[in-house]
Amino acid sequence: MSLNTPTDKVCLWTLDHDQPASLATYTANGGYEALRKILAEKTPAEQIIEQVKISALRGRGGAGFPTGLKWSFMPRSFPGDKYIVCNTDEGEPGTFKDRDILIYNPHQLIEGMLIAGYTLGARAGYNYIHGEIFEQYQSWERALQEAREAGFLGKDILGSGWDFDLHAHHGYGAYICGEETALLESLEGKKGQPRFKPPFPASFGLYGKPTTINNTETLTSIPWIMRHGGQAFLELGKPNNGGSKIFSISGHVNKPGNYEIPLGTPFSALLEMAGGVRNGHKLKAVIPGGSSAPVLPADVMMDCTLDFDSIAKAGSMLGSGAVIVMDETVCMVKALERLSYFYFEESCGQCTPCREGTGWMYRIVNRIEHGKGRPEDLDELVRIGNNIGGRTICALGDAAVGPVVSFVKHFRQEFEYHIENKRCMVGG
Amino acid sequence: MPIIEIDGQQLEVAPGATVMDAAHQAGIAIPHFCYHKKLSIAANCRMCLVEVEKAPKPLPACATPVTDGMKVKTHSPKAVEAQKGVMEFLLINHPLDCPICDQGGECTLQDLAVGYGASASHYGEAKRVVKEKDLGPLIATDMTRCIHCSRCVRFGQEVAGLMELGMAHRGEHTEVMPFLEAQVTHELSGNVIELCPVGALTSKPFRFAARSWELSRRKSVSPHDGLGANVQVHVKNGKVFRVVPQENEAVNECWIADRDRYSYEALDSAERLTQPMVKEDGQWRAIGWQDALERVAAKLAALREAKGADAIGGLASAHQTVEELYLFAKVLRGLGSEHIDHRLAQAGATVGQGARWLGMPIEAIGTLDRVLLVGSTLRHEQPLVARRVRQAVKHGGQLNVVHAADDNLLCRVNGKLIARPAAWVNALAQIAKAMNAEAGDVQVSDAARGIAESLLSGERKAVLLGALAQNHPDADRIHALAQAIAQASGATLGFLSVAADSVGAQLAGVLPGPNGLNASAMLAKPRAAYVLMGVEPELDAYDSAAARAALKAAEFKVALTAFKSAALEDCDVLLPIAPFTETGGAYVNMEGRLQAFHGAVKPHGEARPAWKVLRVLGNLLSLGGFDYDSVESVRADALPQGQANIAEHLDNAIAGVALGDLGDPSATEAISRLGETPIYGLDPLTRRAPALQATAGVDGAVAANAAMLARLGLEAGASVRVRQGDASAVLSLHRDDRMADGVVRVAAGTALGARLGAITLERA
Amino acid sequence: MQTPEFQLSAEALAQIDQEVAKYPAEQKQSAVMSALRIAQAEKGWLSKDAIAYVADYLGMPAIAAYEVATFYNMYDLEPVGRNKITLCTNLPCQLQGADKVAEHLQARLGIGFGETTPDGRYTLKEGECMGACGHGPLCLHNNHKMHAHLTPDAVDKLLDDLK
Ligand SMILES: Cc1cc2nc3c(=O)[nH]c(=O)nc-3n(C[C@H](O)[C@H](O)[C@H](O)COP(=O)(O)O)c2cc1C
Ligand code: SF4
Ligand code: FES
Repeated sequence: MSLNTPTDKVCLWTLDHDQPASLATYTANGGYEALRKILAEKTPAEQIIEQVKISALRGRGGAGFPTGLKWSFMPRSFPGDKYIVCNTDEGEPGTFKDRDILIYNPHQLIEGMLIAGYTLGARAGYNYIHGEIFEQYQSWERALQEAREAGFLGKDILGSGWDFDLHAHHGYGAYICGEETALLESLEGKKGQPRFKPPFPASFGLYGKPTTINNTETLTSIPWIMRHGGQAFLELGKPNNGGSKIFSISGHVNKPGNYEIPLGTPFSALLEMAGGVRNGHKLKAVIPGGSSAPVLPADVMMDCTLDFDSIAKAGSMLGSGAVIVMDETVCMVKALERLSYFYFEESCGQCTPCREGTGWMYRIVNRIEHGKGRPEDLDELVRIGNNIGGRTICALGDAAVGPVVSFVKHFRQEFEYHIENKRCMVGG
Repeated sequence: MPIIEIDGQQLEVAPGATVMDAAHQAGIAIPHFCYHKKLSIAANCRMCLVEVEKAPKPLPACATPVTDGMKVKTHSPKAVEAQKGVMEFLLINHPLDCPICDQGGECTLQDLAVGYGASASHYGEAKRVVKEKDLGPLIATDMTRCIHCSRCVRFGQEVAGLMELGMAHRGEHTEVMPFLEAQVTHELSGNVIELCPVGALTSKPFRFAARSWELSRRKSVSPHDGLGANVQVHVKNGKVFRVVPQENEAVNECWIADRDRYSYEALDSAERLTQPMVKEDGQWRAIGWQDALERVAAKLAALREAKGADAIGGLASAHQTVEELYLFAKVLRGLGSEHIDHRLAQAGATVGQGARWLGMPIEAIGTLDRVLLVGSTLRHEQPLVARRVRQAVKHGGQLNVVHAADDNLLCRVNGKLIARPAAWVNALAQIAKAMNAEAGDVQVSDAARGIAESLLSGERKAVLLGALAQNHPDADRIHALAQAIAQASGATLGFLSVAADSVGAQLAGVLPGPNGLNASAMLAKPRAAYVLMGVEPELDAYDSAAARAALKAAEFKVALTAFKSAALEDCDVLLPIAPFTETGGAYVNMEGRLQAFHGAVKPHGEARPAWKVLRVLGNLLSLGGFDYDSVESVRADALPQGQANIAEHLDNAIAGVALGDLGDPSATEAISRLGETPIYGLDPLTRRAPALQATAGVDGAVAANAAMLARLGLEAGASVRVRQGDASAVLSLHRDDRMADGVVRVAAGTALGARLGAITLERA
Repeated sequence: MQTPEFQLSAEALAQIDQEVAKYPAEQKQSAVMSALRIAQAEKGWLSKDAIAYVADYLGMPAIAAYEVATFYNMYDLEPVGRNKITLCTNLPCQLQGADKVAEHLQARLGIGFGETTPDGRYTLKEGECMGACGHGPLCLHNNHKMHAHLTPDAVDKLLDDLK
């Protein structure tokens, strides 16, 4: 498989080659052709953005925002510096796709950032890489060096007279830096505390300059789109949900891992690819889009196809495409305790509802898990959640509420059992 | 201009305004904590959430820009529900012990909790406790009360220009703190006390002294630097408990310097003089007012008989009110003496046509495009002018400096000439020559050319003369060259008036008259008698040694003073006068603004307002024209040109100064002293304020750069004997590479010679 | 901020300079996270002096560097063992057996999370999602090397390899 063939692998096709990450493999299979063409033909930015719009590519970072539209917000002719930033701060529990892109197809991301940089008139680009994957930070920097030596980066790229460079920025342990404006603060050498929007990065971004931020998988899809056209990408998936997407499936399945499949594939098919539920257990619940997405009971999930619209209709979100599978042996109270601890631990602490509310919710769930629950706790959890949701600077507040409210909603009797009997309903 | 509707009110607002601005404009109060009109927008407390039509979620008024046709509801059920939700979160980890909190009664959280707090808390978990921080002698902390609004941190970054406080850690564990054991040292640090909406940061000296509601608030004016910061004096049972800012956008905005805030502590110092004293065969004895004043009158009259009025000199402090200064001059002139001055720290600048002043409104400093600052240790001389200068630089202005120390002004400096004071004339001549303003024979350095270019560009410009330029032995030539530079570049020439009433003192005639001696001359050529008001000669004078000698030699000395003082030990009569909190009067600040105030409390003991003392003295001397019945009537005489637009009668022009040799004197082995007035040694009050004196950096030290230490064969930390003529002192030596070569910093107030004179050092 | 005695090696400073070179000249502060990481890698942990030194080197306020050092989890503001093991215990890893691995680690080392063995050989920390859930349970060794598919046996082998 290669970038030349419009098959359904957009990002991870290099896995079929023995040296997936090498520049040789990439260029031998159509890599950097799109860039070459654009630079040679001086393709107008409007045309590139048009193709991205046609492709119906939606942000792979979690929000699912249409990429073409986002690019069109950028004041491209604005004099002075502009930046393109890639978000590889993959820290949403359940998500591990961007790491594989850095490992198996680093050059397609580089080409994607180059095309984005060219289109948006950026002077340079930064890729913010999650603190816990230092090895990928180093390997991607090596890939950058390869690209630089091959003339794809730096001054007068491919003799086009265009100068552009890319750099890796290493995080050091803060989930919140995945939020795009916290990421920008962190890039500026500060605490990763999200900015209030407006102004949006497109007008006030890195160092106060116009900036476009996209997820790793989003940007890695760009060369494919430029190669085969937006229409081909759209047709990979379904209307308004263009392309195929990497699903990271983890938890109680036999073969956890990344599966790149067309948007709109039934969940059941993905579950099958992942070898089904572990040791023949029964499926209990699924978190379909990373820990921030509301949990769905098995029956609801089994009827879903994997695309933004279908999951949204079922009352959750596709998010980053991280599918966390839980079988009948899972205690939902314990599972929620761990998730609510995560948001409490990762709150940046700047805004009141999240700083104070995430700790409050965690302490209540923790009490319930440890047999100290009170009858009024469940309603209280929902009440607190509603006081956080929609009232914070960034979406971490909502992300913290999603699990709590959905767990209590779908598995209330399990929580009530815990409160009454001071122990778990499942597995005694 | 966008039109919006807020709580049913139609409103036209400025483009780019926020919903909070619009609410202010409409007179609608929106609850808030982190928002502050002088600080950047953080939108982190979320208390100001309001309902905006068509918006899915409540939006923070402080950060939401208005758009045309926007409909805002600030108190709709939806808005109030959101606000109450936030308030509940703020309270769950906040102690609910207002009765024992120092902020009680003036706490935004307490006030809003009444309106937005639920009666009973749902919170059944353990409350957070935060470790205290030691921020130094001025600010007390109770960090468990912090609500993380980040105002104090933003103040440091944006107003003070120095980030001394930060918010470390994350999430619920976030804590406001300095860098580990560091203390807060900035000269404006106390302002975080008002900024803090809760009781986390409070005044250390005031701690637990009184409850806010027991205090009555009296408007007043700070008696220290020439800015004349507006303050509120808070009193209870005839005692001053604290001083806080009184907002005045044109003068001090909503800030005051730490010395404005904490100098009140001196009002109750054990050194307060509470009754008239006379010295009889070396012993101080208390006597009655009548007796004391009769002695003084008799003695002065007798001396004038015997030696002529020329034998009498008068030295008064420009920290006294304009009325007091006027009557002071009137008494001396009545006696026939023209040896009158308030410029004790000056080596001898000539008296101009008009009074020296800033030359423009204070507010204009913040919008200057180009500044040349000459001979000013700005952050110590004028803490709030320094803030305005930083503001100008932040808006793209260029600051240029001529000084003997490359001090950190907490903002970008465009060009600088750092050289010994004796070389400043040459430095200015270079700049003048580079802009063809003066054709002196000087070598123009690149630095000078750079400064010239800076000053020739831009629109709004000023050349500002600081205290050191005014005190300089060559003050007139510096003034003349600064004037030439200002004229050539179209800049305003301004004086940074050192004292609260420097301009007032000039208008009131506390200046040597025809063939009268100025302060330095009066002390160099000792008089037989001195009349002193509010001064401590050896601390205030340009040449301490000369001042001490002159006072020793004189036959009769009378001092009107609020304090006993070692510097007044040689006097014959001490008359207790009321400091600014105990008398009414007015100051004229550096922009020519007359600011009157009333006494806040009764005078201590037998102390009396100086204007009344001088009135009686004038009458006892039967000088005539001393029958004033009110301070206002004195003021009318003191300011004959009127009290409204005083600025019209001020004038910085200087003429007829021979520039002479402008050569560069730097090539000399001699070491010059840089003797500045310490930030907390400006006047008798600051010198006696314990908390201010306890702050870091207030110590008698010598500072010199590494090269100097090497040349002198001395090392930092060594204790050295510094000498000026016969005067000498032993001090500890510090290394400071910001000092110009050939210069050592030895603060004024140490019993030495000329503040900017030659000095020698040797190992003690 | 004066930090006379504290010094970083020439190699470390060279690495920091490389990071600084990535950003616009007037944006040196952007390199603070890397600079602190490099300083920690060399000294084992971030002392007050180390933070002040880095702040000074990048021309930023010490408290601003301290804010950064305390905000991100992977900086150690106290000394740690020669081998710091950070185990992800977040939900996906938990579902895949992180609990058992955690129990085993603690039993084997005789310390709890956040503790260091008396011989200073190991420190145990609880981590958040490391973005590799499919390979969980997993841990980081001294922040920079990931070990995946952990089982009690795998843990024993790992611990023995770490001197
Ligand atoms: C708490 C939080 C964490 C996030 N983490 C990530 C992340 O790890 N990776 C990512 O690409 N986007 C993350 N996002 C979404 C980003 O803010 C942003 O929407 C995204 O990077 C935009 O890229 P896209 O349009 O290509 O998806 C996060 C958002 C929030 C609120
Ligand atoms: S919601 Fe939480 S993480 Fe987001 S800005 Fe507010 S405090 Fe920080
Ligand atoms: S939850 Fe452990 S790596 Fe993601």
